[in-house]
Amino acid sequence: MTSNGTGTHGAILQDAVPADDGPIVELRGAGKSYGNIRALHGVSLAVHPGKVTCVLGDNGAGKSTLIKIISGLHQHTEGDFLVDGTPVRFSTPREALDKGIATVYQDLATVPLMPVWRNFFLGSEMTKGPWPVRRLDIAGMKKTADQELRNMGIVLDDLEQPIGTLSGGQRQCVAIARAVYFGARVLILDEPTAALGVKQSGVVLKYIAAARDRGLGVIFITHNPHHAYMVGDHFSVLRLGTLELSADRSEVSLEELTNHMAGGAELAALKHELAQVRGVDVEELPEEEDLTAPVATSPEGTP
Amino acid sequence: MSMTQQAEPAVGRPPASGPRATDGRTTRRPLVLRLLARPEVGVFLGAVAVLIFFLIAAPSLRQGSSMATVLYQSSTIGIMALPVALLMIGGEFDLSSGVAVISSALTASMLSYQLTLNVWMGVIVALIVSLAVGAFNGWMVVKTGLPSFLVTLGTFLILQGANLAVTKLVTGNVATDDISNMDGFDQAKKIFASSVDIGGVEVKITVFYWLAFAAIATWVLLRTKYGNWIFAVGGNKESARAVGVPVNFTKITLFMLVGFGAWFIGMHNLFSFNTVQSGEGVGQELIYIAAAVIGGCLLTGGSGSAIGPVFGAFMFGMVNQGIVFAGWNPDWFKAFLGVMLLGAVLINLWVQRTATRR
Repeated sequence: MTSNGTGTHGAILQDAVPADDGPIVELRGAGKSYGNIRALHGVSLAVHPGKVTCVLGDNGAGKSTLIKIISGLHQHTEGDFLVDGTPVRFSTPREALDKGIATVYQDLATVPLMPVWRNFFLGSEMTKGPWPVRRLDIAGMKKTADQELRNMGIVLDDLEQPIGTLSGGQRQCVAIARAVYFGARVLILDEPTAALGVKQSGVVLKYIAAARDRGLGVIFITHNPHHAYMVGDHFSVLRLGTLELSADRSEVSLEELTNHMAGGAELAALKHELAQVRGVDVEELPEEEDLTAPVATSPEGTP
Repeated sequence: MSMTQQAEPAVGRPPASGPRATDGRTTRRPLVLRLLARPEVGVFLGAVAVLIFFLIAAPSLRQGSSMATVLYQSSTIGIMALPVALLMIGGEFDLSSGVAVISSALTASMLSYQLTLNVWMGVIVALIVSLAVGAFNGWMVVKTGLPSFLVTLGTFLILQGANLAVTKLVTGNVATDDISNMDGFDQAKKIFASSVDIGGVEVKITVFYWLAFAAIATWVLLRTKYGNWIFAVGGNKESARAVGVPVNFTKITLFMLVGFGAWFIGMHNLFSFNTVQSGEGVGQELIYIAAAVIGGCLLTGGSGSAIGPVFGAFMFGMVNQGIVFAGWNPDWFKAFLGVMLLGAVLINLWVQRTATRR
């Protein structure tokens, strides 16, 4: 979104389609070190409008560091970070928001004791009136919030109820609806289905698809390959801070994706060694040549 | 695994669900219960109960002049309790607010007396000093991430020591010199410490400032962006930052608002008594905090009102004067306060549990 004012709705329609249809957000060999700890190294990633880019990885693989760089909470220490083809370096989340990069965090970035409508507009409140008596446009905000939530299929009785009283799935959907409304061009979802039940996960996946169909580029962070494969167009698997796999949907199957997530490539390489250990069943492990998807072998991040 | 080989993503658009009026899973509680759940309604009922109790126990309190005294006592606490309450909603404390009042008064008094300036010069410099102390507190808290309890405890001790030491150094005494015959004194007294005649009852001007500030604070809290930010930074700082709320700006200005309140009460004290005792003010900060908590502000931030602390301060003034008018031993005052505070905290706890119950 581009301003704090009222006219942000619909901004997506004007800015969403770059002339050359290139990636909105692109990382080229990006990395991040905290002191002498290298959390992320040589990661390349491109986010196109109307596509879902899934970032998979186990705990500690560097997923959180990756989104913190893109959302402006941390800065990268190596490589390039481009928005619309221009190198950028965000120092606050506000700057990322102004470029149209909205993040729905795992903790959802909501204030539990505040009403739903106040949470919906927090940080981008609608106001009316001249300066000394400039005030919140409460009626307008409630109406808009209700409208936007209904558009996403969420019906709430009372927008005055504290958002802490909603269920996890409902809060997730409110957060997604908020990002979509505020003209996000890129939506980063940090493990949106991690804490949800089966049915609620399905609902959230539908909203991811809805956001994609509205022309947003979506970065879907997850450690569930099944969820990723249901909506993803491109899959990047992170492992120990580097890119283990970067493949389009046409190049990878769910089995391969699952295997890569489970460290399949390493396990396949170790298969023969494992075979000599008594009691380890290697029959179920894939052979190395079965993993046909292109493995991002070079840690230096050639695309 | 049936969708393994599909080339297109499996999930389509969300169903176009026909908007129903309600989802029918929540029932509205009766109006009385919902009102009672509001913390400021609880403290309002408490204030009414204390008022009725003392009107019965102390017949002399029924006169207009006695009520004016009660309101005056309440206003001197209430004017400070307002910014302290806003700061508390914003998730921080200021333990230095009590001695900051005296620091402000000392600055204005000594500066104008020693340099023989118009008292207005002293008043303006005192305002700058008070805002600077607030800004320092706020800056330290947001930059270091230390609890504001520790940072402002430090400021409290610094100011307490500096108040005494600088006053002794400058005047050779623990109190400042009388400034009542200096240029601009009468004018300043009219603004900060005069009385207004209402139907034959002298009402101190601070009562009107108190109510006006409370009205402004309520409006700001509920009807402006800044008010929204106060709730947000107190309720969940990280979330507020992530959605673009200027957290540091909000917190620092809240501390500066407490500085403004300290300056205002400091000026009132100076122009009502003409002189300032440098050792005073210690312990007042806890009275302000207590008034805010009794007024329904959540000690951990994120919830509260500006009108609640008005009733909280009124309960303080009422008990303080009521005990005197009833002819009881005033030593009981603090004991009363303790009971009121505990009661308010228990009610707050209950309210919070009911409000966030799934």
